[in-house]
Amino acid sequence: MTALVEVSDLTVRFVTREATVHAVNGVSFSVRPGEVLCILGESGSGKSVTLRAMMRLLPARRARIEGAIRIDGQDVLALDKRGLRELRGGLVSMIFQEPMTALDPVYTIGAQIAETVTRHKGGGRAAARARALELLELVKIPEAARRLDNYPHELSGGLRQRAMIAMALSCGPRLLLADEPTTALDATVQIQVLVLLRRLQRELGMGTIFVTHDLGVASEIADRIAVMYAGRIVEEGPVADVLRAPMHPYTQGLLASTVHGQSRDVDIEAIAGSPPDLRRLPSGCAFAPRCAKVQSECRVAVPEPRWPSRERMARCVRVADAALVAAE
Amino acid sequence: MNDMADPRDIGGPAQPLLIARDLAKHFHVRGAGKSVRVRAVDGVSFTLFKGETLGIVGESGCGKSTLARILLHLVERDAGELIFDGEPVGAPRGITVAALRRNVQMVFQDSYSSLNPRMPVRDSVAFGPFIHGRKKPDARRVARDMLVKVGLNPDLFGQRYPHELSGGQKQRVNIARALAIEPRMVILDEAVSALDKSVEAQVLNLLRALKQQFNLTYLFISHDLNTVRYISDRVLVMYLGRVVELGPSEDIFTRPLHPYMRALLGSRPSMDPAHRIEEPPITGDPPSPIDPPGGCRFHTRCPFAEAVCMERSPELGVWHERNSHVAACHMLEPGSGHSRAVQ
Repeated sequence: MTALVEVSDLTVRFVTREATVHAVNGVSFSVRPGEVLCILGESGSGKSVTLRAMMRLLPARRARIEGAIRIDGQDVLALDKRGLRELRGGLVSMIFQEPMTALDPVYTIGAQIAETVTRHKGGGRAAARARALELLELVKIPEAARRLDNYPHELSGGLRQRAMIAMALSCGPRLLLADEPTTALDATVQIQVLVLLRRLQRELGMGTIFVTHDLGVASEIADRIAVMYAGRIVEEGPVADVLRAPMHPYTQGLLASTVHGQSRDVDIEAIAGSPPDLRRLPSGCAFAPRCAKVQSECRVAVPEPRWPSRERMARCVRVADAALVAAE
Repeated sequence: MNDMADPRDIGGPAQPLLIARDLAKHFHVRGAGKSVRVRAVDGVSFTLFKGETLGIVGESGCGKSTLARILLHLVERDAGELIFDGEPVGAPRGITVAALRRNVQMVFQDSYSSLNPRMPVRDSVAFGPFIHGRKKPDARRVARDMLVKVGLNPDLFGQRYPHELSGGQKQRVNIARALAIEPRMVILDEAVSALDKSVEAQVLNLLRALKQQFNLTYLFISHDLNTVRYISDRVLVMYLGRVVELGPSEDIFTRPLHPYMRALLGSRPSMDPAHRIEEPPITGDPPSPIDPPGGCRFHTRCPFAEAVCMERSPELGVWHERNSHVAACHMLEPGSGHSRAVQ
């Protein structure tokens, strides 16, 4: 099957007079139609910047984007303004962490959804409103007909997030980009939205890229998982495999330091130190200064991706590459 | 240090460090009519024993942060009583608020906004001891010691300003500042929630080590159930300004009594892609504390709600001793009229 999304060697730098921030440093991945890829990483790992680059949402004057992004055959980095308008909300849509800032506070939910529908699909106001109602029912908003005329501030956090999902789905996108959409929600609401997103994604067959810092969230929704650290994907593979047998020391550390049923008498295995300064990245593996298994090789050059099996990748010198092993 | 008697200990080891009785705080909502109030904390009682960690969990709007602020008198309570080591707080013959604050310190969620941006962090840490009567060089020495204790090299970090530190380092400074005046109790209000997982683990380990070293009592407020389970001896569960369940940590997490706590536990992601959650345990959002439902406040979302739940507010069961596990639910109260209760 051909890939829906093909990102290769994506680099994003933010250039200011004082410094250059290397936010994304050579990221490559692909997403098949109907597949959910989770990009997992901590703050500053470049996961959100990667997502925004795919929608060309980064400030053009300061963000230097290199590499290639193809979505459904289109070269996203080459699109003009008109092409971008067709792409955003049509072929690709995006949902954000904070619905209160993503929705327009002075228009009703119904009006905002209807606007998106008429913009991309044409048709009259009545038809667009009917579609908006249908969408609110699709995302399980109770008393949907009444909610159409509500303003964002009149809805609870969970309902606002559902309304944003409804708007994102309004034009039947083939790719959904989700930037931590459940992080700001309470636990009992988060799981409702996750289950809803998973069901809609399956029913509508959308390819999805889901950015999160939460291993638990990834375990609920991902088919595949890509772990980012300092602007690079350090490990990638099917979600169950990565969670069960992580290969990169960073992924291993992340799993060990996530509090999950550890005994109360022992310390948690924390990763020492803190993530590197993106203005001054180390020359070799960016995780080397914090890695317990570091060797001299790690500091020389950034480790190339290694593929222990067809589905799995890790950028660590300690991981054996299947092709290399076979060749020997 | 643990074996020696603490000279600050007035009531003796059996006297609870803090007793809260029927605390209440209602906020007026401006411009929304005279009678509109947020019932942030509405009759909360609990006992905090010396040397323990009490975890407080609940979703946004349940009143856990307001409760913390009441304990430190950062907001004035409308009703209720606070007793610190046997002495009533703010009463004529009790302990003064200033003395309470020397004994109880707090660490907040936002590590940046809780530090003075125009002060090097060593001065921030030295400020407390100085205000509480130490000479300047003495206060500076205390600050250096405390920075070492929280794992920051004072020669490297002391002269830096908050914006020059990472989130984890800033939170270490906040902990150092809280401990610099040798408090007996620390309130940690979502103190590790904003940190990345790998850094959160470091700070949790640090908090546990410091508790041992300084013989501290913690009130650990968080929405993260796994973290609360890991660090707490006992846990208090809040819902819309009320306590719904209280008990030893292991009991609460393995045998939760209240339907709300069961729902909270059931809402945690599985961490296992082969056993994903197919059906969320409860639907809807927590109601607004402005106009909370009558009777049991959970009845609008409870799968077992019956007529009695809408009429009468359930009592938190009788609390016998330190390890009692109690919950406020009509299903647990014999003869309450709920069909699942013992008749």
